[in-house]
Amino acid sequence: MTDTNVSFVRHEQIPPSPPPARESGVIKWARENLFSNWFNSILTIIALYFIIRLVWGAAPWFLNGVWDAASIRECRDILAAAGKETGACFAVLVDRWDHLLFGFKYPADAYWRPTLAFILLLFAAAPALFYMYVPRRFLLLTAAYPFIAYWLIWGGSLWVPIFVAAAIIATGFVFRIVENMSVSLRTYLAAVVGVAAGIGLAYLLFSGAQELRFIAGSIGGEGLRVIPFALFWAASIFTYIFFIPMGIFVGYTIYQSGEDGGLVTLVTALLAIFVMLAYLLGPVAAGLNFIIPLELSAVPSRDMGGYMLSLILGTVCVSLSIPLGIVLALGRQSRMPLIKGVCVVFIEFVRGVPLITLLFVANVMLAYFMPPQTNFDLILRVIIMITMFSSAYIAEVIRGGLAALPKGQYEAADSLGLNYTQATRLIILPQALKISIPGIVNVAVGLFKDTTLVSVISMFDVVGMIRGPIQQSTDWISIYWEVYGFAAVCFFIVCYGISQYSQWLERQLATDHR
Amino acid sequence: MTTLADQPVGTSGDSFKLSMLLNDTRYRSLTFQFIALVAIIAFMAFVGGNLVRNLAEAGLNISYGFLGEPAGYDINQRPIDYDSQSSHGRAAVVGLLNTLIVAFLACITATVFGVVAGVLRLSNNWLVAKIMSIYVEIFRNVPVLIWILIIFSIMINALPGPREFRGEDPAASMSFFDTVAFTNRGIFAPAPEFTNSFGSTAEMPVTSTGTDWLLIIFALVLSWGISGRVQAWATHTQETTGSRPTTWYYTLGIWIVPVGIVLSYLGLTWNVPELKGFNFQGGMQLRGSLIALWFALAIYTGAFIAENVRAGIMAISKGQTEAAAALGLRPNRIMSLVILPQALRVIIPPLISQYLNITKNSSLAIAVGYMDVTGTLGGITLLQTGRAIETILLLMLFYLTVSLLISFFMNIFNNRMKLKER
Repeated sequence: MTDTNVSFVRHEQIPPSPPPARESGVIKWARENLFSNWFNSILTIIALYFIIRLVWGAAPWFLNGVWDAASIRECRDILAAAGKETGACFAVLVDRWDHLLFGFKYPADAYWRPTLAFILLLFAAAPALFYMYVPRRFLLLTAAYPFIAYWLIWGGSLWVPIFVAAAIIATGFVFRIVENMSVSLRTYLAAVVGVAAGIGLAYLLFSGAQELRFIAGSIGGEGLRVIPFALFWAASIFTYIFFIPMGIFVGYTIYQSGEDGGLVTLVTALLAIFVMLAYLLGPVAAGLNFIIPLELSAVPSRDMGGYMLSLILGTVCVSLSIPLGIVLALGRQSRMPLIKGVCVVFIEFVRGVPLITLLFVANVMLAYFMPPQTNFDLILRVIIMITMFSSAYIAEVIRGGLAALPKGQYEAADSLGLNYTQATRLIILPQALKISIPGIVNVAVGLFKDTTLVSVISMFDVVGMIRGPIQQSTDWISIYWEVYGFAAVCFFIVCYGISQYSQWLERQLATDHR
Repeated sequence: MTTLADQPVGTSGDSFKLSMLLNDTRYRSLTFQFIALVAIIAFMAFVGGNLVRNLAEAGLNISYGFLGEPAGYDINQRPIDYDSQSSHGRAAVVGLLNTLIVAFLACITATVFGVVAGVLRLSNNWLVAKIMSIYVEIFRNVPVLIWILIIFSIMINALPGPREFRGEDPAASMSFFDTVAFTNRGIFAPAPEFTNSFGSTAEMPVTSTGTDWLLIIFALVLSWGISGRVQAWATHTQETTGSRPTTWYYTLGIWIVPVGIVLSYLGLTWNVPELKGFNFQGGMQLRGSLIALWFALAIYTGAFIAENVRAGIMAISKGQTEAAAALGLRPNRIMSLVILPQALRVIIPPLISQYLNITKNSSLAIAVGYMDVTGTLGGITLLQTGRAIETILLLMLFYLTVSLLISFFMNIFNNRMKLKER
């Protein structure tokens, strides 16, 4: 009997029923993220409308793109023949690819050189950018890169960059040797170096006074002429009389301070590199080249162009402006009023004017400030001005980093007995630079974008190439979306990559475990 | 026994030694500054001497006399009276005003773009937030010069020419009830004119003068003052009685009535552009170069401002939102009363530098032929007179002054907004 009337008892749990359709999967996600309330729903619908409109408009243009045509007219004929209403003429990119990348004057048989330099740049940058993963010895490649790249892009004798590199290494050795000299030996050296430095200083003073006298003589009005003349004659006589004594005086001063090795070491090293670069570079490189000729055909700077020019300007100016920016930032923090004043005026002036005016200076004004008949090329003048420009901005970023350091760090360094150089090099800068990395990267990205401005002073970077030789040629007259789009993509890739790298590095460097 | 501390500084027993100039921190800074001074003077003298030599060689001198000579070129956008017989100095002033016009317009538009994009980027609507991040990343990572040129090319190439508006069945037609024409020569929009203008006389009828606009501005300032008083009264009432009186219709009236009276006295009419011959006549013409520069600067800088706004909002701790919610405020009130006022303090300093960037970047006008001060003084005047040093120095001086003025006023504003601390 019990068999028939037994109540049902489950032995296992029933499987959970699936959640309601609107509470799971895509629908739940859409409900929460797209249609959470009426306002969000309206926003979503408007956004969808715009996306569809954009895709609808742009997709046929992309898909119908013509990749093979010799001119814009031919390209339109192809489109018309295929019965397409709209379509891109990407053929311009194929046709003018070399021009967009290298400019229109760079010799075609040398295209491999900047290409190789660019590939090497990636390898040279890696040890510095990903220093935590790449062994330290690969930094040698980074150090050697500027010389290799210079030789590859500009050509000429290989001995010039080799000699410059050798001179720098030799200076390092001089530094080491003097640092480890016995005190008595260094005292004698100090006397010699002191006299040399003193004569240099006196020469500076002397030639400055002479130049001032010349200026006063040239621009002083008839009546006023007497005063500046008297003044600057006095200054010149002063320097004539004190020319030699001053050298001896400074030499004696350094001689007396022989115990403090740092200054003597530094001045000796500076003198060594000055002598090597100013007097030995030319003859030695020429001689070596005569014995073993190692030459690539030289390409003058004015032939650089295209995206290559933007990359050259960007990398050179950024790498030059970081050390300059550090010096300016330290100068602005200095307790010496003269040094501080000069740095403040420089930084504020450069930050107050647009880069374009500085490029105008490079283009038309800088020549007036050089000795007559000196003629150094536009790209170098532009590099100088852009470096000045970005170093002022980097200086401000680093100043922020310096200011963000707790005062205790400075005091701790002092209490350890470190002098200014040691404290700055070992304690202050490593921390301050770490804080300023995002800011420096921002400036670097901004600077790289600003290199397009050189097209305004008729240099043919990628924008200059588009505005000049491409848009004004009869073949590709008034083509704009394709070429500007290409330029935009070029810049986007590099700038976006750099900013992503900086965010990654920031996470790597976050040692404060917050 | 004497220790080192017992010896008075400066009058110590050991006399001054020359080596102290390098080894004693008291004198070392003087030595270094002396060397720096010598180097600076020598550098200046070197540069100055070269300048004098080069000028003498080229037979030039430094003189600003050219500013008074007739310029001989035309400027297509003239905020003040100017013709080709006016002086170079006046051309520079016209350019200067044009710079200020485009910078002002772009600052306002960029702020609107930036605030909208920055707030929407934090929206909980996934699609909108993504679109805004794409906007920010695309515009931040491509040079502004390329944006200016792209927008300018679109204005020139994609918009219809004025003659396409002609005929029985025109290819293009005017927008906004036949009042605004988008053409490749610029945008033609209605211009306000006053039939009863102040400067107008029977012999010389004019349609608008500075006096008219001053009157309108005066009316607006008046409204602003009165509406401030109304707000103060409302706050006072709220503090004494606890309930805030509804004031929006007072405010509306205060803003509309004085301006309305002034405008009806002046006799406001709209001069609508009309197609006559080959081009539109009447109304005001916003040239393609102005639009391209304005819009490109606004949308490019807007992307940067969006990031500043986002950072400012995210800098406010979540506790503030939660506390406001616990008080029973609605989300939009939380935003406007709690989050934004605090975020503003974080946002304003970078905003100042973005405004400075707009002003400086407006010099890119030269790429699209907008006649700003770089185009007149640093462009045509420089080419015509060949006075490179004078014009570029004036140009730099102008930008420096504007930059310093903007940062001065914005710093005053920033100080007023700053949290008052002890």
